[in-house]
Amino acid sequence: MTSDGMPKGESNMFVYDASPESGKPLTTHQWYDGTQHPWEFKRVWHLEPSLHDPDHVYAGVEDAALFQSKDGGKSWQELAGLRGNDTGPKWQPGAGGMCLHTILLDPNNPERISIAISAAGAFRTDDGGKTWKPINRGLHSQYIPDPNAEVGHCVHRIAMHPSRPNTLFMQKHWDVMRSDDAGGSWNEVSGNLPSDFGFPIDVHAHEPETVYVVPIKSDSEHYPPSGRLRVYRSRTGGNEWEPLTKGLPQRNCYVNVLRDAMSVDSLDPCGVYFGTTGGQVYASVDAGDNWKPIVRDLPAVLSVEVQALP
Amino acid sequence: MIRVILPPNLRTLAHVDGEVGLELNGTLTQRSLLDAVEAKYPMLRGTMRDHVTQVRRPMVRFFACGEDLSHESSDAPLPDAIAYGTEPFLIIGAIAGG
Repeated sequence: MTSDGMPKGESNMFVYDASPESGKPLTTHQWYDGTQHPWEFKRVWHLEPSLHDPDHVYAGVEDAALFQSKDGGKSWQELAGLRGNDTGPKWQPGAGGMCLHTILLDPNNPERISIAISAAGAFRTDDGGKTWKPINRGLHSQYIPDPNAEVGHCVHRIAMHPSRPNTLFMQKHWDVMRSDDAGGSWNEVSGNLPSDFGFPIDVHAHEPETVYVVPIKSDSEHYPPSGRLRVYRSRTGGNEWEPLTKGLPQRNCYVNVLRDAMSVDSLDPCGVYFGTTGGQVYASVDAGDNWKPIVRDLPAVLSVEVQALP
Repeated sequence: MIRVILPPNLRTLAHVDGEVGLELNGTLTQRSLLDAVEAKYPMLRGTMRDHVTQVRRPMVRFFACGEDLSHESSDAPLPDAIAYGTEPFLIIGAIAGG
């Protein structure tokens, strides 16, 4: 590092795999207007460390692709089988870009990875990333030509509790969904939420049926319903939700909470954290019952990660 | 009755619930259909097509009978199923928000 903290080495290189071994002409995806568009690397949306090797890390990028590094980030290689999936040319960007934002590693099965892309949907590999299949059955999206299409759903985030890797919770463009067969099928669990639009979703560290979301008014109005910032918690794995309000602004609050900007810690009771586009980070040390702002006046918070120190 | 389904934001703008119904004579084309929609709901002028050039807005797409017609000529006849109302004409907006 230089004295001002900048890396000395060359920039990270994320080069899409177009090798013959991929077996696919990985050249285009669908653009907003339905024409085909070349894949272009724009940015990294999410980094997910391997569960087993500190030098192994996955990166979800825009335009949607999955990369991995096995040398601590010095070099990156694409898991091209994902983009080479037969549905790849049908993938299209959401308004935020065509980003791969969710990477879930199965602690019981090192060959299984689930990912999600806006606005292509969710995909899973069971062979360590060589081949992938869409896992979107049960999703219903009225804003696409075929509401039940195999791909094209705007999945905003998926969360999993490590003790139950087959149970997935999804915040979709609209709808909060649940799968109990590792994405094989999905059921809506929006229940009594005031709005089932939103971005983040997370699971309590010690209660696999306790789930958190932050409802947002709509896809065109990105702020909490009635200007009241509320986290909603379900202790029943969905359908029945309670608003968590103590310590959160309950009037004139027009921030958004982005998909990667919520996290939980491993303490008991579980801490919950989220950041807003207004630059605040709120924390609850009691699983959401009470909240306090711990940081303010940041730029829009894109990501919140938590590490509990011994 | 020709059936047209607007995207949610344009339904809000036009104050309509559900499908839009149109009665039209003559050969049905994208142009005649959209002209009729805009005549019935003037607040939609400029939202689906450019005000001046009448070219489809880039974030708007047209589907019918499982086909993407966005890049077809606006004067090409639409499928009979649209003209007879057995299938709706879908106007789809880009996914805004995610």
